[in-house]
This record gives sequence, C-alpha cells and structure tokens, in this order.
Amino acid sequence: MKIGVPNEIHAGEKRVATTPEVIKFLQKLGYSVAVESGAGAKANFSDEAYRQSGAEIINNTKSLWESSNIILKVRAPEQHPDLNVDECDLLNEGQTLISFIWPAQNESLIQKLAEKNINVLAMDSIPRISRAQKMDALSSMANIAGYRAVIEASHYFGRFFTGQITAAGKVPPAKVLVIGAGVAGLAAIATANSLGAIVRSFDTRPEVKEQVESMGADFLLLDFVEDGSGEGGYAKTMSDEFIAAEMALFTEQAKDVDIIITTALIPGKPAPKLITKDMVSSMKDGSVIVDLAAEQGGNCELTLPHDVNVTDNGVTIIGYSDLPSRLPTQSSQLYGTNLRHLLTDMTPEKDGQMIIDMEDEAVRGATVIKAGQITWPPPPPKLSATPIVKQAEPTPVVTEEPEKPTLLRQSLPLIIGALILYTLGSVAPSSFMTHFTVFVLSCFVGYMVIWNVTASLHTPLMSVTNAVSSIIIIGALIQISSSNTLLAGLAAFGILITSINIAGGFAVTKRMLDMFRK
Amino acid sequence: MSAELVTVSYIGAIILFILTLGGLSHQETARKGNLYGMIGMSMAVLATIFGPQVTSNTHLIVITMLVGGSIGITLARKVEMTQMPELVAILHSLVGIAAVLVGYVNFMGGSGLSGIEKSIHEVEIYIGVLIGAITFSGSVIAFCKLSGKISGSPLMLPARHWLNLGLLIASIYFGYDFVHQGHVGGDPMIPLMIMTGIALLFGIHMVMAIGGADMPVVVSMLNSYSGWAASATGFMLSNDLLIVVGALVGSSGAILSFIMCRAMNRNFISVIAGGFGTDTGAVASGTVEDQGEVVPIETGEVANLLQNAKEIMIIPGYGMAVAQAQHTVNEITKTLRDKKINVRFGIHPVAGRMPGHMNVLLAEAKVPYDIVFEMDEINDDFPTTDVSIIIGANDIVNPSAQDDPNSPIAGMPVLECWKGTTTIVLKRGMATGYAGVQNPLFFKENTRMYFGDAKESLDAVLKELQ
Repeated sequence: MKIGVPNEIHAGEKRVATTPEVIKFLQKLGYSVAVESGAGAKANFSDEAYRQSGAEIINNTKSLWESSNIILKVRAPEQHPDLNVDECDLLNEGQTLISFIWPAQNESLIQKLAEKNINVLAMDSIPRISRAQKMDALSSMANIAGYRAVIEASHYFGRFFTGQITAAGKVPPAKVLVIGAGVAGLAAIATANSLGAIVRSFDTRPEVKEQVESMGADFLLLDFVEDGSGEGGYAKTMSDEFIAAEMALFTEQAKDVDIIITTALIPGKPAPKLITKDMVSSMKDGSVIVDLAAEQGGNCELTLPHDVNVTDNGVTIIGYSDLPSRLPTQSSQLYGTNLRHLLTDMTPEKDGQMIIDMEDEAVRGATVIKAGQITWPPPPPKLSATPIVKQAEPTPVVTEEPEKPTLLRQSLPLIIGALILYTLGSVAPSSFMTHFTVFVLSCFVGYMVIWNVTASLHTPLMSVTNAVSSIIIIGALIQISSSNTLLAGLAAFGILITSINIAGGFAVTKRMLDMFRK
Repeated sequence: MSAELVTVSYIGAIILFILTLGGLSHQETARKGNLYGMIGMSMAVLATIFGPQVTSNTHLIVITMLVGGSIGITLARKVEMTQMPELVAILHSLVGIAAVLVGYVNFMGGSGLSGIEKSIHEVEIYIGVLIGAITFSGSVIAFCKLSGKISGSPLMLPARHWLNLGLLIASIYFGYDFVHQGHVGGDPMIPLMIMTGIALLFGIHMVMAIGGADMPVVVSMLNSYSGWAASATGFMLSNDLLIVVGALVGSSGAILSFIMCRAMNRNFISVIAGGFGTDTGAVASGTVEDQGEVVPIETGEVANLLQNAKEIMIIPGYGMAVAQAQHTVNEITKTLRDKKINVRFGIHPVAGRMPGHMNVLLAEAKVPYDIVFEMDEINDDFPTTDVSIIIGANDIVNPSAQDDPNSPIAGMPVLECWKGTTTIVLKRGMATGYAGVQNPLFFKENTRMYFGDAKESLDAVLKELQ
C-alpha cells in the first residue's frame, strides 16, 4: 500500500506527519511513501532528505491525495487555501486517513468524512492504555507543549530562573507554579526544575503526588480529601467545597510565585477557570502566566486564546494554542513515530497491507469511521494508564509476627537430641565417644568459621572445601598396604580419584582467586 | 615416623584446614587460605605415607597420585569459568565414590573387633558407604543437569515423598540385616550391596526432583554431603583427622546451603531432605494474564541511554554465563567508567547456577571487585539509578516476589531495579525464568526490552559506545 503525506495547510502549522527517519521504518513494514514537495520544510526536513530515505516527492497536491491508500496528516482536513477545495473532497472511497480529528468537537466533519466511504483514525482518540502509550500522540505533543510553555515563559520573564550569587549581587530563584500534573504539567515541571527554578505543583488527583515529587517539584496539598481521578487517567470535575479550598490555595500562591503554568483540562468540557482576575492583579509586576488550556477557553479569566496580552499590573498572559508546532522538528519526529507505531500494530504481517482490527483496543479506540460507518465513540477503555492507587486504605503493614512456637516445640529438638546422645552414651564404648566429641566440636568450628563468608567467595570456598574433603585419601592410603591384591587395588583406585580431586580443587581455586582483583 | 608424630602432623593439618576455611571468608585473605589448604593436605598425606600404617605398595601410591594429580591439574587449567558448577559437581562425585570404596575395602579387610565395638564399627561402615553412594550418584546427576546433558527441569514422580521414605526404611532394614548377618555368620556383603544400590537410586532421585533454579543449593548441599561422607569414613577408621575435616566441610556446606535457602526464601530442612520447593512451580504459569505490552529498544537507543546516564547498575544472571558475555560487559564497563559514569554491579545471591557464580565470571573478565556489590548492599540505591541493565536474569528481578503473595517466588528477596529511571532487559525471547513465572518487570513502563543473544547485543552496544 502507498502512504501519502501532504503539506499541512493550517495557518501557522509547522509540523509534518512523517520524517525521513520514520519513512525507513514504514518501508520495512512494506509500504511505499510519497511526500508532497515542501511538506517538511518548516520542520527542517528537506525534500532531498525525504528522497534520500526512499520517499517519492510529488509536486501536485491532488495527485498525491489521489494516488495514496493511506493519508497521514497532523491537522484534521480543512479548506485548502491554494486549491480552493476542502481536503475532505480530495479523499476517495476506500482510502484511510490518519490524523488529529477531535471527533467530539467536529461532528460535522465526521459526517462529511463518513459520506466519503473511507476509514478514519483519530490520533487524539488513541485510548490511554499502557500498550498504546507508544502511539499516544496527545502525550507526546503535551510533553512538547509543557517544555515549550516554560521556554515561552522564560522568554517573557525578565529574570533568571536559577538563583545565583554573583559579584554583582544575589539573584533569587524564580518560583514556578504548575497547575495540573498531566503529561504537559510534568514536562513543564521537569523543564523549569532543570532551569533552576523552585517548582510547586498542584493536581486534583492525589495519585500524581509521587510523580510530581520525582520530577523535583513540591506537591501542594489541600486540607481536603477528594479524589479527582476520572476515567482513563484524566481528571474529573470536583465538588464546590473542593474548588473553594483550591481557589484559596491559588490566591495565596499567586502572591508568591513569579510564573504560573496552567494545564488543567477535563475531557469534553470547557477548561475550568482557576486563575481569577483578582489573583492576576495580586501578582508581581513582570510575572508570567502560560495558559496551556487556552484553546478550550483557558484556565485564566484574562487569557486571550492564540495570543499574548499584558495586564495593567505588568503580568504577561500567554495563550498560545500551537506550542507543539513551535518546536516543529521535535514534534514532527515524535508524532511521526507515534504514527509509525500505530501502523506497525496495524500491519501484523509486515507486508504493506493495513488491517483495521476492531478487536485491538488501541486501533478500536482510534477508529472513528470504518468503511463509511461512524464508530465513534468507542467503548470506554478497560484500564487506566496509571492504575488507580488505593489512597484511602493505607497498605496494611505486614508485620504479622511469625507464630511464636510454643515452649515445647522450641525445646523438642533439644530434648530429642539430648535423649539420643544419652542413649548413645549409655551403649557406645569410650573410644567412639572420644571421636564423637571431636566430631561435634568440629561441626561448631565449621559453623563459626563459615558464617561470615563474603558472598562473592562462595564459589572458591566451595571448590576449596571440595579439595579439602578429599582428605578421605587418608582412608585409602591407610589401606593400600593390604596384602589382599583386590583390596590394595581398590584402595589404589581410591587414591587415584581423590588425587584428581585434590589437585583439581586446589588448582582451580587458585585460578579463581587470582582473577579477583581490585 | 611414629604414630605420635603422625598425630602431631594431623593436628597441624587440622589447624591449617580451619585457617583455610577462615581465610576463604574474605577477599584479602583468600589466596593465603588456599595456600594453607595445600600445605595442610600435603602434611596430612605425607604423614600418612611415612606413618606406621603404610608398610608396602608405596610405588602404587606414587604412581596413582602422580596420574591423578596431573589429571586434576589439567582439568583445572582447561575448565571454562562458566563451567565451574559442572566441575565442582563432578569433583564431588569423586569424593563420594572414594568413600564407598574405602568403606568396602575396610569392611572386606576385617576389623578384628568384637561385641558392641564391632556393631558400631559396622554401622559406621554402613553409614559411610550410604552417604558416599548418595553423594556420588547425586553429583553425577547434578553434573549432567548443569552441563545440559539431561533436562534441568525437575522430575516429578508421583508419590515421590513416599518413595523416599520407602528407600529410607529399606536402608535402615538392610542396615540391621548387615549387622545381624555379621553376628550370626551369614554373608553381610549382600545387604551392603543392596543398600549401595538403594543409596545410588536415592541420590539420583533426589537431585532429579530439583529444578534448575535451585541448582546453587544442590551444589552446596552435595558439598556438604561429601564432607559428611569423609567424616563417616573417619569414624570407621578411627581417624580424627578425617572426622574433623569431614565435619568442617560438612557443616560449611550446610551453612552455605542455608544462606542460599534464606536468599530464596526456602525452607532449609526441606532442602537438605531433597526434592524440595517445586510443588507450586507447575501451576504458576497458569495465571498469566494480559499484562500489557513490552517496549523493545534498538542498539543505538541503548548506547544513548547508557552514555547519558550518571548511575548505571548491571545485574547479570545465568544468561550472561551462557552467552559468555562477561568480557564484553567488562569492556562496556571500562568505556563507561572512562566517561566518568558510575557503573556498579548488583549480584543476587542465587544468580547463576552455583553460589557466587557471577562473581567468578566477572572476576575472570577482570571487573574490579570493589564495584561488584551484593544485593543487600545496593538494593536501596536503585531509586537514584538512571539505567539498570539486566543481562539474562529473570526471577531475581521479578517484582511479583514482593507484590503477589500467590506467586511461587513470593517472599524471595529480589533486586528492585524497577525503582530506577530506566531498566533495559537483555533477553533472547519472552520465555519465563526457571521458576516458570511470568515477570511483570518486562511490562513496566520504564522497562525496555533488548532482544537477542546477550553477547551479540552487548558487542553491538560496545561498538556504538566507542
């Protein structure tokens, strides 16, 4: 089958759905790949680079759409500015389109695509299950957005992030508050932390506390218990009391921090308003707010979607909705790899034949239209990406005392041992008892000597004790002088094999010990 | 040389042997310990040869010792370090057969004793032959299992515990018969030979019933048995040297086995009795559910991860021994350490096929031993580790030992590599380890699977790093 990658036509979109590196993998799956001329230019992938990795470069947009079985795109289809046709109309029956679709927000688009009798897979609808993580484009884009959010903030922020003591005076570190510790939030935390800022974070889902702390931020806690974990690893709407407590926390934090990055989103709902006008006006002059939820209405009341504005008290509010596209090379690479992983799953035979297997949970989730039939929304995924941590019940401390053996049970072996010894003592001759004493004492010496042996020396110890146990050669030596030829012969054989053991055991131990070195 | 001088030499030898075992407890003194052992053995042998009990056939002694000694030295020179477990096992079998031989010779030679002393002497012979025969056949089976000549999986005969009990009762009966025949003038040789057969069977059955993962315990257990065999021979010959040294070896082997068992959370008594701990192994793989998907990784990515890490932990297992990858591991370690990356090794007590197997292999490859750590020493360091590399290990890094109380390996201490940032697992395929348990580690989000032969994979990584 042939894969076609057209130019992205959305204004300001710099990403592209494949990279030369990814193309090599697609070819290994048995596909041939065609790229529209200039498709990767804004992401720094030249036509030449694509050609070198084996892709066909097609100048004519229409013929690219026509000749491909599978179309890979970043943005959902829209009106083509140059050709003056809707990209939907470039699709023909039987083709497959894989891109971001946002089916919940774009019902009319879905209808239109369904009429074309094609297959559509929405990269935004890949379920958040563990095995689909490698194709989860939302996560990889969110990661980039989180990083870029900090970079944008640092661009507008008039100071260092890291604290320094210089000859010219002391520089305090910047304080960053990250609201919402999803993928984007965690990426923002990590980036701000590595720039040297003091990072705090808040999330309604208590299970992310550990992740936040592992990234180097302080997790802000409310004196309020309510779990905000919703289905599929996303957050849900909280109760009024919770929101009141949360707002009080933000009000207090706003006065203190220099930078606020908000990433709070609830699937299928407008973004919750977390940063009020009053909070913004309480912030210091020169502070920056980056609102990653701008496209869904913004977490801050003053956010202008797709734009940057500065309030009267000097607070910059960044409402860019194209943060991933501002890092086009990186985001194209990750998105292309996500697509590649999805196609790998859909091409089990590696023969270039794509199969839409509705039993495959990941593919099922992504498929919004199959052969003209709308299959969206999919059944809810079975597993959350992070298994919900049982916060309420603290893990029962497993300190069950091992059953205390009763006094009788404890002393029974001793009693039996003593009885046996006494019985033995009453019948055995004294010569035996002398040997027996020696035997028991030696057992204890062995125990004392061996107990603290270093684990790394177990093998040499074993080979040396093996050599030592050949002391049994003495037994054979004592009997070699027997006048009976048979017995002398047997004893000689005994000497032979124990000598093998003595020489072999000591030599191999020496060889091993010589190898150990500091 | 008079009997008194011989005794003095024996005492000297005993002291030297104790110093040997003590010396082997620590790296610094180990070489000296081995030397003490050699001196002790020479003293004991020479004292016996020149002592009053050896009167003729000295030429036989010289010939057999020269031949045997050169065979032994050749074996020791030629053996690959990965084959150490097999070598130790087969050497144990020699001690076993020697004990049997000495027992027979001693019996056939007659003792000149009478009454209770005679009975006790015969019981001593009987026990010496019994333990010797078990050690012999058990070691041969262990050798075959370790060298792959027979399957390593446990042989589960129905009613095997009853079979063992039956064999034990039969041995006791024939023991009685053996002593009794001697007193009434019958032929005690027959019960002795029947018992030898039974003991051989018992040794075979005992080791056959033990699975591959428990082999380290088997090897040290047989070590212990060979000691007891020597000790029993000492009783039979009224020779204190044999008694003492046998007991030293026997108890040291038993303690080693005990340490192993503790590391695997197994019951020591059931190990010594043989045929242990594998009851639950067969059903374990039945509970495998869809655990998610593994994430494979390519050579380039592995090299990148390693180069960008600050703390690396290498966890070797039997797979490293099989693939003979220890030299490549050392090269990689050197390359990374030159780049100021802290590379350390974490060794599980039961990694490999005999106690301390991994340490020997790493030492062979000249990995400095001060960066090789025991499990208890480094298990707390995993949260600050950037990359852990698992080379052909499975059960010793299985988190279900801690999380899943139903797992057959539940409670076994494991290396907690999953607490690090990234774990790379080198593995040939998705097969389970010797315990037959699926390993949830492979499905963790921060685990990357690097499939292929350990040696080839690591060679490729090394090339990439250089």
